[in-house]
Amino acid sequence: MSTLTAQPLSPQPLAPELPANHYLNESHGLKSWLLTTDHKRIALLYMASITLMFAIGGIFAMLMRLELLTPPADLVSDDTYNKLFTMHGIIMVWFFLIPSIPTTLGNFLVPMMIGAKDLAFPKLNLMSWYLFNIGAVVTIYAILSGGVDGGWTFYTPLSTGYLNSHVVAAATGIFIAGFSSILTGLNFIVTTHRMRAPGMTWKRLPLFMWSNYATSVILVLATPVLAITLALVAVERLLHFGIFNPALGGDPVLFQHLFWFYSHPAVYIMILPAMGVISELISTFSRKRPFGYAYIAGSSIAIAAFGFVVWAHHMFVAGISVYAALVFSLMSYAVSLPSAVKVFNWTATLYKGSISYRTPLLYALGFLGLFTVGGMTGLFLAALGLDVHIHDTYFVVAHFHYIMVGGTIMAYLGGIHYWWPKISGRMYPEVWGRLSALLIFVGFNLTFFPQFILGYLGMPRRYHAYPPEFQVWHVLSTAGASILGVGYLLPLIYLTWSYKNSPVAGPNPWGASGLEWQTQSPPITHNFVTTPIVTREAYDYTGIPAPALAVRSEEEASTYVS
Amino acid sequence: MNRYFPFFPPEASTTARGVDGLYFFMLTVCGLTTLLVAVLVIVFAVRYHEKQHPHAAHIEGHAALEVFWMVIPFGIFMVMFGWGARLYFTQNRPPNNAIKITVVGKQWMWKIQHAEGQREINALHVPVNQPVELSLISEDVIHDFAVPAFRLKMDVLPGRYRTTWFQATQTGTFHLFCDQYCGTQHSKMIGEIIVMEPDAYRKWMSTSLTMGSPAFEGQRLFQGLSCISCHRADSGARGPSLSGLYGQPVHLADGTTVTADENYIRESILYPNAKIVAGFQPIMPTFLGQLNEEQVLDLVNYIKSLAPQEQTQPYSNRTTPPAGPRPMETKTYPQ
Ligand code: HEC
Ligand code: HEM
Ligand SMILES: [Cu+2]
Ligand SMILES: [Cu+2]
Repeated sequence: MSTLTAQPLSPQPLAPELPANHYLNESHGLKSWLLTTDHKRIALLYMASITLMFAIGGIFAMLMRLELLTPPADLVSDDTYNKLFTMHGIIMVWFFLIPSIPTTLGNFLVPMMIGAKDLAFPKLNLMSWYLFNIGAVVTIYAILSGGVDGGWTFYTPLSTGYLNSHVVAAATGIFIAGFSSILTGLNFIVTTHRMRAPGMTWKRLPLFMWSNYATSVILVLATPVLAITLALVAVERLLHFGIFNPALGGDPVLFQHLFWFYSHPAVYIMILPAMGVISELISTFSRKRPFGYAYIAGSSIAIAAFGFVVWAHHMFVAGISVYAALVFSLMSYAVSLPSAVKVFNWTATLYKGSISYRTPLLYALGFLGLFTVGGMTGLFLAALGLDVHIHDTYFVVAHFHYIMVGGTIMAYLGGIHYWWPKISGRMYPEVWGRLSALLIFVGFNLTFFPQFILGYLGMPRRYHAYPPEFQVWHVLSTAGASILGVGYLLPLIYLTWSYKNSPVAGPNPWGASGLEWQTQSPPITHNFVTTPIVTREAYDYTGIPAPALAVRSEEEASTYVS
Repeated sequence: MNRYFPFFPPEASTTARGVDGLYFFMLTVCGLTTLLVAVLVIVFAVRYHEKQHPHAAHIEGHAALEVFWMVIPFGIFMVMFGWGARLYFTQNRPPNNAIKITVVGKQWMWKIQHAEGQREINALHVPVNQPVELSLISEDVIHDFAVPAFRLKMDVLPGRYRTTWFQATQTGTFHLFCDQYCGTQHSKMIGEIIVMEPDAYRKWMSTSLTMGSPAFEGQRLFQGLSCISCHRADSGARGPSLSGLYGQPVHLADGTTVTADENYIRESILYPNAKIVAGFQPIMPTFLGQLNEEQVLDLVNYIKSLAPQEQTQPYSNRTTPPAGPRPMETKTYPQ
């Protein structure tokens, strides 16, 4: 028990009290938040921003699901529907999923996990948040002033020569938010290299740090390509330079190469941090070092590297040569291998553990199920001859929702529950937590599993009217979406409630091993009283007492609710 | 197929069976793997619950196990890869004896032209058990020609002909969808594929002739637009003779050689200065903006139909490539 010289581990007191000074009460007033450079406060600012964006994107999704309840077009007009799925995609991808885990949990945890006071560039961090919000405001302006269609993919020459919606405004919003991504990535990379506490070697980094690092590298390398691509779209649209439109002498397939060169790595921006969270959750709640630490860490790096050479698997029917298709299919199978390795290692971590079914673990197991299905269906899409049939159908829609929504949001919420005691100083209500995990898992599967069947039947993407024989699966999907909506709403309500009303958590309610748990909850502004000196390996649970809370009975747990 | 709970689309083409075979293989393999993971997780979660198992064991990992679960999945992946690639090659190689049909996509309809001149919109009549080759092009944005019952799909690009094919194995009416988002009425860019017995098909063909064949229409355009004034076979013509051009190598003024396929002919009509035939002046006017895609297709079809002239030199008025090293072999590209 010599992790910290200044703050030795102490058993969790049974009735802890909130510390007198912490980052939340250090200063007060709106200005103290809007001008803060504390990574923890910035994490909360981001959380507010992306929650709002998620709500907007979610409303668009519900409207689409309502429209799709019946085969003919009845609820909204075709233009409105097209704008709904476009704006849903843009908001969810760039203003929720990409920033989700890195800017909230990442911002909060990166310095704490490595024993630092803050990120390397605290002011830059605040600037990222402002850039993000400016991007969001510009995008919302595009929505309010009439909206944008064309899909989140902006395929040319449709987007550059044929749409009369607010393409350039929306692209500008994404362009600006992209800089926020780049700055965040840069900040994390430098912090990971330069700010580790004495003794915190690379091999002692928590797995969340490894995947966050891999994500940051992608953010920095891929995002500029997106920025250039969107800029070229704007140039062709406004100035009629022939870049992508064949009528002007351009090449429409070039756009797709550029777009997916960013957007395939971007899907790993969304899933890698989630994988990091899951490694932490599974380890803590089975009180066991992750099986094959080096393989899990290495697979994050492998995914980030291979992720850059599979982009054209989105273009198997788009007009690339059969030999190019062959290479990209092969590379797609190569990139799925490290994901498979992770799933097997997580499963093996449970073996001979000491498992407690707390809400975060339920979320993690939910993630495991949904990510496995999502990843496996990626194998279907990577098989050339089969992809010809299911490309651009609901099969693809189901595939990426299983990973990006099923996987990433499960991990995000699991992580929020897990670190909530650290963030707020208080527990979340356990019964409600478990209920929300269950509702989300059931609702999610009911929403998206039917879409695999629809896709194989041939239901195209982005259709707002469809042949009547597909209806039954759409009805199931809409029913599932309602359950899912409730599932997402619940944590928002009870976590807000718990902020004032739940029992106080104490520094380490889970008996976890990470550095972030070795300081008070909520932490002081500089995280640690003195810089910790790390002498233990990561995930070394010896000598850390099992959490007192975990052995409490169900009834006691349920008293949090009342 | 169940009417209320449909699970699979009709299997109505020669490739459909192959695609479904791979699909079922993958469903089985992935289903079993998912089951395995699920069973392990549940068994571990129950067996090693903290009440039964209060002290976790210390396990670092297991190198052999890691290798095992990398190598085995990789082997299975390679089966999936090879199988998928084989199907893809079949899908992309039309057989030689196919009926040729051209498809023009435009916001928001499918215009279809048969070799003998029948034209239809949002419908395609084909005979059963006969390979059909489609040549597809878009007049505006990217569309996608998708027939789920045939497991067939191909993006339809502006500015470029692409080919795909199918052979229907069942008579009936099947969905045709546009699968690439193409603007406001994307979801109405749908149609029907009507697969008929050969007799019924022949009857349909003979009763729905509304125009001349594309080559015939093309010949009329060729004269009407006075292409003929430059493209004559005599030696005084200002443009090269087009007889027998299709499929032949063309020597260009910059020393390179290209094959005269449909895309080259199309480009020569719309962007005549993009590639200049060796020995000729760049005087051909562009016809961009004067012709729609169907008219361009008619012209292409007409030029394709021109048989080589009965001479030993197929290109009567062309410069013969100089003897010795051919320009192609000392190929230099202009910067
Ligand atoms: C003013 C004379 C002129 C007219 C009118 C003209 N062309 Fe041409 N065309 C040429 C010349 C000269 C060339 C060779 C130089 C070049 O490649 O541009 C040529 C090249 C071509 C080629 C490429 C031939 C090859 O051997 O590779 C095609 C195909 C063609 N023209 C089709 C047409 C069609 C179809 C029309 C009518 C719509 C037409 N041209 C009208 C002068 C003309
Ligand atoms: C691990 C996280 C993954 C994420 C977040 C993800 C996400 C996505 C997304 C967003 C799309 C759809 C893009 C669109 O058409 O708009 C997609 C399609 C695709 N995914 Fe994944 N994917 C993941 C894993 C995989 C894996 C492991 C494979 C390969 C084995 C894979 C193969 C594919 C293929 C081939 C497509 C193209 C399908 C098509 O358009 O026909 N994906 N994925
Ligand atoms: Cu991809
Ligand atoms: Cu379309």
